[in-house]
Amino acid sequence: MAFPDSVRELYQAQLKALQEGGLFKEERFIHSPQSADIEVEFPAGSSLKKVINMCANNYLGLSSHPEVIKAAHEGLETRGFGMSSVRFICGTQDIHKELERKMTEFLGTEDTILFPSCMDANAGVFEAILTKDDVIISDRLVHASLIDGIRLCSAMHDTFKHSDMTHLEEKLKMYQDKRLRLVVTDGVFSMDGDTAKLDQMVELCEKYNAMLLVDDSHASGFIGKTGRGTHEKYGVMGKIDIITTTFGKALGGATGGCVSGRREIVEMCRQRARPYLFSNTIAPVIIVGILKVLEILSATTERRDKLEKNTEYWRKGLKEAGFILKEGDTPIVPVMLFNARLAQEFSKALYEEGIYAIGFFFPVVPQGQARIRTQISAAHEIHHLDRALEAFIKVGKKFDILHKTKQEIIEKYGM
Amino acid sequence: MDDLKEIIKNYVINEYLEPDSDPIDYDTPLISGGIVDSFSMVSLKRFLENRYNIQIPDDQATPEAFDSVNKIADLVRRFVKA
Repeated sequence: MAFPDSVRELYQAQLKALQEGGLFKEERFIHSPQSADIEVEFPAGSSLKKVINMCANNYLGLSSHPEVIKAAHEGLETRGFGMSSVRFICGTQDIHKELERKMTEFLGTEDTILFPSCMDANAGVFEAILTKDDVIISDRLVHASLIDGIRLCSAMHDTFKHSDMTHLEEKLKMYQDKRLRLVVTDGVFSMDGDTAKLDQMVELCEKYNAMLLVDDSHASGFIGKTGRGTHEKYGVMGKIDIITTTFGKALGGATGGCVSGRREIVEMCRQRARPYLFSNTIAPVIIVGILKVLEILSATTERRDKLEKNTEYWRKGLKEAGFILKEGDTPIVPVMLFNARLAQEFSKALYEEGIYAIGFFFPVVPQGQARIRTQISAAHEIHHLDRALEAFIKVGKKFDILHKTKQEIIEKYGM
Repeated sequence: MDDLKEIIKNYVINEYLEPDSDPIDYDTPLISGGIVDSFSMVSLKRFLENRYNIQIPDDQATPEAFDSVNKIADLVRRFVKA
């Protein structure tokens, strides 16, 4: 026993500081399958409340799709529950290889390797392919999992201003003395909902002999005309050297991720990426579910088309009501409130109105840029969006922020 | 070397700050104050090494040594003199 009171008190003080700083995270317990309508226990111990979910990454509404559930049941019967092994010992089934082939086809790449999560894909890929002689140049707003992966790798790391192509070009020029250059970006930025300018980035990478890595977790399945991702939207399919993405959002929403791209890079990951080498991969039942998701998406674009229409409807409704939004055309629609306390209070008031949407504030987003991040789904029907809009307007009136400028909101509530 | 601090400050403003950021002075904590990500300091180190024809060893280019314009200027002066 080496957990004396002094150690316990040390952690208690840290947790208390988080609570006092308004940074303490609490889970809300959902008692129903993931969907547009969910039943939530919050706070813990309270009776269940039916609410409309406006904050899931369930973009295509496939998390609880009957065909996916049916396929998973069948997969459980035919391939069992667990593998009890990492991939290269005895943890690879035929269906794992089938999913890797299908993802390669779906993303239009050369090869794919599965990881237990996209967090693991991002944690493993950099160290597997780069050394101290190389440089990584990343957008300043890339996802935390990319930052962690970059930290685990010995290559030099520099950044460029968010989506600033002139700044990226300066950096590419500056590092021409390095053995390899790898430019890193999110396809869709998770907090702002904007997309990386992949056409220009591909051009710059070609000009300055750099590889390009895109994390397309908030895009795979629905961005681009047939939902292949941000590279399809910008007309650069086949030109992205490395795509990392997740199965935990639009593609069924369970778990798992992958690295997809140049054949040799995927093979280097198979030889060297530590989360692949030292952890079981995605469970068979989930693989079979994801295969069904890809089958559904390859047959029709109906879901991503509905998502696009829903997103347009939601953005238009909020704008006309007088909210300040982050501009963009993805299903991530941030409603800007600027003040952290206001974002928390706003979220609470929405919940009372039966709408589940979360406030985000520093350090998740920059200081003074607090917001409610809403996420639209193909599982939403127009009546869900109308109901949510009604609640947003009611709460917006209560806090008197409709048709106000950023300056006016800041004057009223502070940064 | 008289304008060293101004050069560093201007580089920090152009490289790291947004147009609507609060102004900084020579003592503003850059990394510990959350204004600059410690990763991003790599480009400032490169800029200084090239401009003053010096080499700052990685073990001395710590987040603490790069935490304000004054501290960065002190670091650079040590190598320029040496």
